Amino acid sequence: MKPQRVLAIVRKEVKKAIRDPAILFMIFLFPVVFVLAFGLAYGASFGSDGQTAYEIGVVNMDQGPASQTLLTALSKTEILRPNIYGDNQTAQNDLSQGRVQAVIAIPSDFSLSLASYQAAPDDPRSWVNTSVALYLDRGSLIATQVVPSIVQQTLMAITGQYARAPNPFRLEIASLVEVKSLSSFEYMAPGMFTFASIYILMMVAQSFVQDRENGMMKRIRVTPITSAEFMIGQILSYTLIALVQSALVFATISLLGFRPDVGALAYIFAFAIILVFSLSNIGFGLITATVARSGGAATGISFLFLLPQLFLGTFVGMSLSSAAQIARRFVPSYYVTDALTSLFLRGADVTSPTILFDFAAVSVSCIAVLMLGVFLYSKHCAI
Amino acid sequence: MCAKAVEPGIVVERLVKRYGDVTAVNDLSLQVTRGELFGLLGPNGAGKTTTINILCGLLKPTSGFASVCGYDVQKEAMKMRELIGVCIQETAVYPYLTGEENVKFFGDLYTLDGETLRDRCSMLLERLGLAGDARRRVSKYSGGMKRRLSLILALIHDPQVVFLDEPTVGMDPQSRHAVWDFIRELKKEGKTIVLTTHHMEEAEELCDRVGIIDYGKLIALGPPEELIRRGGVGNLEELFIKLTGRRIREEA
Repeated sequence: MKPQRVLAIVRKEVKKAIRDPAILFMIFLFPVVFVLAFGLAYGASFGSDGQTAYEIGVVNMDQGPASQTLLTALSKTEILRPNIYGDNQTAQNDLSQGRVQAVIAIPSDFSLSLASYQAAPDDPRSWVNTSVALYLDRGSLIATQVVPSIVQQTLMAITGQYARAPNPFRLEIASLVEVKSLSSFEYMAPGMFTFASIYILMMVAQSFVQDRENGMMKRIRVTPITSAEFMIGQILSYTLIALVQSALVFATISLLGFRPDVGALAYIFAFAIILVFSLSNIGFGLITATVARSGGAATGISFLFLLPQLFLGTFVGMSLSSAAQIARRFVPSYYVTDALTSLFLRGADVTSPTILFDFAAVSVSCIAVLMLGVFLYSKHCAI
Repeated sequence: MCAKAVEPGIVVERLVKRYGDVTAVNDLSLQVTRGELFGLLGPNGAGKTTTINILCGLLKPTSGFASVCGYDVQKEAMKMRELIGVCIQETAVYPYLTGEENVKFFGDLYTLDGETLRDRCSMLLERLGLAGDARRRVSKYSGGMKRRLSLILALIHDPQVVFLDEPTVGMDPQSRHAVWDFIRELKKEGKTIVLTTHHMEEAEELCDRVGIIDYGKLIALGPPEELIRRGGVGNLEELFIKLTGRRIREEA
């Protein structure tokens, strides 16, 4: 193994990534522009506290003090901005027209219910149980993903219960969103990391096919470079490009306000798992280059590997069918996004079992895909 | 000097290469002595490039044997590649690198040390008239400049055996004569050179001996002037017509 040869390959590929306009756009500019556009569209905060206020309608049928307490608590979240409606019909009209993203209907016995709970918090039989109705704008990802959890937490807060202990209130529509106080953009941010890295596979496929088409591969094969030196050089250069790409995407996401309160270890882990993930994309790129006979074909075939990873394993696939939820367990990108979500949004420790499992799954699958790619390319398209 | 100095530069014995029903190289045998400039002539599809590809270790022959500098091209390909330089038919250069970067990249593949690489890079760029454009991206080069750069890439490591596969194809007469002069200089340096071409005048001008191939078979072998005299013709083009009944077709 001659390091001079490996470094020559790395330098050449990095220069290509920087100087070839098509690759520069696909690998660096496209993810950054996409994240910027997506961030602006889905509630990035550009360096504020990371929270966005959502307009909600409130129909208060309760005459007692508890409903005022609830309204005050909702306002204090600074995420929900309550608009009081005199009747449910008007509120529903505004909801249907997108003027508010949710409507909360406080029942007439809400204060009575809270009083019964406060009188005997340990005696559920004496509570006056009631339901707070929550109507959501189903067309709004923000409303369906974020509002129920905030309302649920606010209800728990006014009973003095911060855990999910029994209380007399039932939220009629409430999903178990585990994240707290997040904009939709922030909820998607971990998946965006994964998303950007996937495009490496297209670069790998095109690069190998083009070098074969224009005779460069033939020219390299008549030199004394070994297959191992060539492949290691290629893999190192693409992982380096993936690292730079991830740093750019991270900087962009950070600029848009996603700054999770985690330690340096979490960031190191994030970059490490992205680097491991890039190996699978190099592998998929090599498989594509093995099959493709032209640069155009390489682009087309790349999508066969790119789209499942995109839709099943990144921020794109947030609301999946049950079948898709099973299918996504077979794509490496799912485990990357899951690990990053646990790390950045759920506050999980780097050494937690979930994250370690995700990392193991990513490592095993990515190395397997890379080895398969190297094997197929070496066998069918001599290096 | 070849690693195994007692061996001829190139030995080809009963070489056959088949692609399904098509025989690209048909029982080819020849030897090229060290320091000889040998021309492999024939029309497109005659089997010249296939022969070169086998000699460079890029293709496995169906049967037969070939060695370069005493190294079996199949079993000792890595050792053999240290000693050969190949200017392939395609104008294969990296367009996003500068001329100098292209040359240095290939120098690194041959693990040349920094000083040697710098010296040879400057010398070759100067000799082939590319010194002034060395730091321009190759995407801005003309076709002739790319061909000359391609030639430099094959020679950066000072190889003992040089395969030039249609080195002047697509060049204007002036560039072609400049490359001919350069090839003569390589011969003076003692390099063994195998040149493929379908320009008969190029072979007559440069080669010590030529082998004419048609449909993969060697149909004539010898010094150009001797072949012309024996054939009772005026030049190699006429000899080819006499031997095959056809003209050598021009490159598409």
